[in-house]
Amino acid sequence: MIFPAVWRVLPGPAWVKALLLVLVILAIVWVLFEFVFPWVSVEFGIQDQSIETGTAP
Amino acid sequence: MPTLERTLPSHAAPRRQSGWAAAVGLLGELLIIAGVVLGLYVVWQLFYTDIAANNTQQEVVDSLDWVAPLEAVTAGDAITVIPDNLKFDPDTAPVMEEPAFMTTFATMYVPRWGSDYVKPISEGVTRKDVLDTLGIGHYPGTGMPGELGNFAISAHRTTYGKPFNRIAELKAGDPLVIETEDAWYVYRVTEWEIVEPTQVEVIAPVPDQPGAEPDDHYITLTTCHPMYSAAERWVTHGTLEYWAPHDAGVPAEILEDAS
Repeated sequence: MIFPAVWRVLPGPAWVKALLLVLVILAIVWVLFEFVFPWVSVEFGIQDQSIETGTAP
Repeated sequence: MPTLERTLPSHAAPRRQSGWAAAVGLLGELLIIAGVVLGLYVVWQLFYTDIAANNTQQEVVDSLDWVAPLEAVTAGDAITVIPDNLKFDPDTAPVMEEPAFMTTFATMYVPRWGSDYVKPISEGVTRKDVLDTLGIGHYPGTGMPGELGNFAISAHRTTYGKPFNRIAELKAGDPLVIETEDAWYVYRVTEWEIVEPTQVEVIAPVPDQPGAEPDDHYITLTTCHPMYSAAERWVTHGTLEYWAPHDAGVPAEILEDAS
């Protein structure tokens, strides 16, 4: 299972594991917010507002 | 010093599970992760893009040294209002060269949207480089401010700082004020329409009459419709009432309380 496996892989005592877990989650959220979600929004045309001139993607 | 003896906690011992139960458990975990990611996408789209884009757009406005200081404008002190004898006919309006892609060349004031409304206008209408970050974008190849033809601009109605959020509140006669380094251009709203995303004739030199010779100084705002959708486009048109040299003062229109 994924969640127990993650807990086992993280080193150190429980409080270190918890701290590392928070840092890992923050890093994942940052990657999603800065790179993945902007790409998804543009690629799938969510929230477009321009007239399709044919020149602009 | 006592010797620390590591013992394996009993709950860490691998439990015996049937293959079926393990598969269901794994599926459940994947669904939980998918749900959290989808939830995060909504938070990002509805809240985070506004914060990020508003910050960027405010920085852009602040970096333009020719922009009228809004604090002074709203406070109403030490402001010269453009006198009538320095308001000039649209036909004599100065027209700037079309700038390079992503260059911010103007700002926009819309009193109907609040006396503190000022947003930058930049060249281009691509999502990633202009509309999602810099705010209002100018359709390349359409007229520049004051030009005989159609000054056509686009912006988000929701999310990413939502510059055109309140476009449905604009009424005929409302001022749309464009400021460039050299001049002020005061347009007035004439009409609005809802069109399909493919109806490019709304940004023609004469709106909705592709191929016609330009006969007036138009402005056209396009944004999405309905809100939170990309199905249609809300389009608002206007015409130039007058222009004034930038150092003549500040148009009385942006000092008015329209609401």
